[in-house]
Amino acid sequence: METVREDACIATERLQRDCRKGEQHSLDPVNKLQFRFLSRSENVSLARLLAAALAASREMTVAELDEIKVAVSEAVSNAIIHGYEGRDDCYVEMSLALTPEQLVITVHDDGVGIADIEQAIKPSYSAKRDRMGLGFAFMHSFMDAVDVVSTPGAGTTVTLYKDLP
Amino acid sequence: MRLQIKVKPYLNKSWLWVRPEAELDMASADAFRQAITKALAAYGCRNLWLDFSAVSFIDSSGLGVLLGRYRELQPLGGSIIITRPNEQVYHLLTAAGLHRIMEIDRPATLKYGKEGF
Repeated sequence: METVREDACIATERLQRDCRKGEQHSLDPVNKLQFRFLSRSENVSLARLLAAALAASREMTVAELDEIKVAVSEAVSNAIIHGYEGRDDCYVEMSLALTPEQLVITVHDDGVGIADIEQAIKPSYSAKRDRMGLGFAFMHSFMDAVDVVSTPGAGTTVTLYKDLP
Repeated sequence: MRLQIKVKPYLNKSWLWVRPEAELDMASADAFRQAITKALAAYGCRNLWLDFSAVSFIDSSGLGVLLGRYRELQPLGGSIIITRPNEQVYHLLTAAGLHRIMEIDRPATLKYGKEGF
């Protein structure tokens, strides 16, 4: 019982924190999903499909749904490849919240963190070979706002906002 | 199987035809890269013809593989063409600017409004 209450407190705290970040983010989501999954590469497609499935409950074009899929794919891939440095035994936490005005997606890892966010989000910056460094560029280009909070050694949270018609 | 791939040399082995059937993301990128590299070496091809009719999705992991192969083939005088991409794939290829260095088929029914950033 104690744990349940604690979880609820943490969830509320997180939601309030999310709300402070999003300018128009209303306090009560119409719908919200929270889940965690192993940092395995096959889970990237599950994550983007869930986000698209929730988004599809609102009026959206196929193109917009595809763009949300790409943005989520990039955020989750970053968490696994960079945050957890490719390890497949860690957990990625994700939340999908639908408010009257916005779809708000958070992707969190407890990995190595990003020392220089400015540098990391530049197009063509990639710390790894054979990668385009376009992950953040796609997130910024396809979503209405992107928030990155990271502490070296303590993980990264990426929040993606998509305004709804 | 996350990635099914067919390969076939053409025109006296100057072209390698490759038809991946997958979502080209981080789950399939390594296998996709290895399959292409292996086949290019096996047949000694310099040009890559990518039939994307069975690629349902691509993100920057998949694009990275394409750029990597371009960087390998271009110094050898080779080139890359991409045929039959779906709209999502075409949209991302052009957003990444790959249409400037590769010949890319435009989907017949292009509903997306914008190209590139």
